[in-house]
Amino acid sequence: MSVDLSQFHQVFYEESYEGLDAMEQGLLEMNVDAPDDEIINTIFRSAHSIKGGSGTFGFMQVANFTHVLETLLDEVRSGDRSLNQTTMDLLLVSVDCMRDMLQALQNGEEPDMSNADDLRAQFEAILKNEDPSQALAQSANSKEGSDSGQPPSDKSGGDGAGADGKNGWSIDFIPEPQLLQTGNEPTRMFRQISELCDGNMSVTVKTDNLPSFSSLNPEHCFLNWHIDVHAPLEKSVIDEVFEWVIDDAEINIYPLGQSCEAESQKIQESEPDKQVTPAAVEPIAVTTSQSTDEKPKAPQKAAAPQESSSIRVDIDKVDNLINMVGELVITQSMLGELGENFDMGRVQRLQEGLAQLEHNTRELQESVMKIRMMPISFVFSRFPRLVRDTARKLDKKIDLVMSGENTELDKTVMEKLGDPMVHLIRNSMDHGVETPEERIKNGKSETGTVELKAYHQSGNIVIEIEDDGAGLNTERILQKARENGVISEDANLSEDQVFDLIFQPGFSTADVVSDLSGRGVGMDVVRRNIAALNGSIEVFSQKNKGSRFVIRLPLTLAILDGQLVQVEDQIYIFPLVSIVESIQYQGSELNNVGGHSDVLQLRDEYVPILLLNQTFGIQTENDDLDESIIVVVEADGEKIGVVVDELLGQQQVVIKSLEENYKKVEGISGATILGDGTVALIIDVSGLSKLSVTSLKDLDRKVKNHKAA
Amino acid sequence: MSAAAQESVEIEKIQTTEEGLATQQYLTFLMNDEEYGVDILAVQEIRGWERATMVPNSPSHMKGVLNLRGTIVPIIDLRDRFQLPSVDYSDITVVVILKVDTDKGDRTMGIIVDAISDVYDVPIGKVRTTGVAENRNSHFIKGLVTVDKNMVILLELQKLLTIDD
Repeated sequence: MSVDLSQFHQVFYEESYEGLDAMEQGLLEMNVDAPDDEIINTIFRSAHSIKGGSGTFGFMQVANFTHVLETLLDEVRSGDRSLNQTTMDLLLVSVDCMRDMLQALQNGEEPDMSNADDLRAQFEAILKNEDPSQALAQSANSKEGSDSGQPPSDKSGGDGAGADGKNGWSIDFIPEPQLLQTGNEPTRMFRQISELCDGNMSVTVKTDNLPSFSSLNPEHCFLNWHIDVHAPLEKSVIDEVFEWVIDDAEINIYPLGQSCEAESQKIQESEPDKQVTPAAVEPIAVTTSQSTDEKPKAPQKAAAPQESSSIRVDIDKVDNLINMVGELVITQSMLGELGENFDMGRVQRLQEGLAQLEHNTRELQESVMKIRMMPISFVFSRFPRLVRDTARKLDKKIDLVMSGENTELDKTVMEKLGDPMVHLIRNSMDHGVETPEERIKNGKSETGTVELKAYHQSGNIVIEIEDDGAGLNTERILQKARENGVISEDANLSEDQVFDLIFQPGFSTADVVSDLSGRGVGMDVVRRNIAALNGSIEVFSQKNKGSRFVIRLPLTLAILDGQLVQVEDQIYIFPLVSIVESIQYQGSELNNVGGHSDVLQLRDEYVPILLLNQTFGIQTENDDLDESIIVVVEADGEKIGVVVDELLGQQQVVIKSLEENYKKVEGISGATILGDGTVALIIDVSGLSKLSVTSLKDLDRKVKNHKAA
Repeated sequence: MSAAAQESVEIEKIQTTEEGLATQQYLTFLMNDEEYGVDILAVQEIRGWERATMVPNSPSHMKGVLNLRGTIVPIIDLRDRFQLPSVDYSDITVVVILKVDTDKGDRTMGIIVDAISDVYDVPIGKVRTTGVAENRNSHFIKGLVTVDKNMVILLELQKLLTIDD
């Protein structure tokens, strides 16, 4: 029976990433002076699982690296070693390092081992109670195997003896009779070796110990094997294969071609304390460069780069779903029965049945939607680390306070939310929170606070990022905007409008472009990303009190609360969130500006008017605006009034892609299917306002051309 | 498979099976008294014309989108596309729903034609790929074939269904 391990790779990666997240979180929570046992255990367990998993799947680079980490953690766990800040930092860096390695492996690439090797040298130095920074310098020629608790490792000085394994290895594998009972399967190990050396091996079985048939215990293993591996593998790799059977078997590994006696003698002597004694190991180790070249061949082929994602679903949600489907089946059979013997006397029953069906369907829809919902902590969890590292880089003291981590949000929305949030938090730390000296000067506490909040509000999820820093500097924003020509010299702007300037493309008030800000991702990108999720972002700020960014997002991308409107014979849908108000047209409120564009006087504001039938090129029979409805919508902080013929109902609509079979249409964000089976288009409000601006410009140009002619 | 790759495979097929009797089935339809053929494997279904939802600011041959079992499918008027004189839609106007693997993934699209004609087995070797005069529609045409003394114009669906021009 052969099992293709590669089918489990994806699961392994996901579990490992989760393990790394847990480690990271644990490390950040840990108080160096008084470490919590539970946290250390968690970190240790995560490291252990990653090591085990990567060993099983043959990702030896990861396994070997994690092993050192695990050894150190084990000592901490058992109280033999106390933690200090240097070790903690190293552990955090190594989490990143492992993540990189796993990512490289997942993409089917060769992980870059230089970082890992440096880190490992430092850990080994710590284990030897040396100064890790010195180890870094020596890491190139440091010899291993001398550490306690350290398995024979693949890094060595490569002195003459290192050449020994180049031709290959001979292995005598003499298991104890009870080997099979411990669940170990020799053929599996052979296959593993065969994968490591691309099949360049021979296995000879020795049946000398086979008892006579009458005394044969079928559950015992009486066979011995001799294996010749014709590939320059590393000894530790072979050791790893036999790692689980070391206690149940006699294993002699010696370079191919050498006399069995001489080498095996040596190894056998040291076998009992093999892990501790370097003597037996050194002569047969090969250099690292070889190891990284050779080892991953087999697993790499299997791990074709693939992008599939999965989510973990709470079992309650699944049970709930199964219940609903059960009910749906019952309703369906009831209706089926009703349909078979139907007479008009049973209309009442039919109506009841249909009502129940509707009820079931809606509940089912809601439950299915819930499956995609995940707590926002999936995004939030990466921020403590970010804040810690960034604060250190900036030489600022910053606390991160988070609340509402359990607020649920659609997975798709969540994935796209990560980058904008990272940017906002970086911004708050870089531009918002002041340096400790400045803070003290301004009468604030030395440590700044960045607060992250998430909560639900009327069908939306709201995320706030607030800092208690200097606030937005209105003068500097204005000055910069004038310099960049974003606004004219004499423009008079309200405070809100000034704050809104930071979302303009190419706008940065940072005097110095650090590696934190000025990464080419501006606030305009943040706003665009959030708008792409049908959300909005607002900024509030007070000088010397701090700034607050408020992001509002729909809970899910797949369903939208829509307002149906009619224009001639076409039905369009406005996202309900974008509608400010709807008013009946009254001629007196419309003012004509410059003969072409109409504006609506809405209390103390003027709102540009857009005729949907003109914009969308719908043929009209009368262009009389009486009886029309003006839907005032807001996008990107701008209001426009859209003239439609009639308001129809409001309903939840399922968003379907128009691009799948056609292409993107300006002013349209998607389509949906109405109750009668026809298609209605969903209006993209921000696209619509752009469309109106361009059509005005077109008009303007035409007028100018006309004049020129 | 990219459009180009598929094309080259098909050309190869045409060349290598010249002596053989390998055939390919084509569904043919009528338009402006000419008979056009499409690879029958690309045909999803044939349905009567029904009003589609208009898409704003689209080219004139784009007649709108329809709901095809939950998928939004654009419908194009082939007469308009080929700049043939347009006719009013009637009860016998049909929409042929086609699905083709393009380099942008599977695309489904409906074409409005005058009427469905027949299904023919066309020997691959008999398709004449040359001799079609260059005109503005020639890049939609895969080749010509004679069936029962009538000419059938075989359409290149890859090109036809990529509508971003």
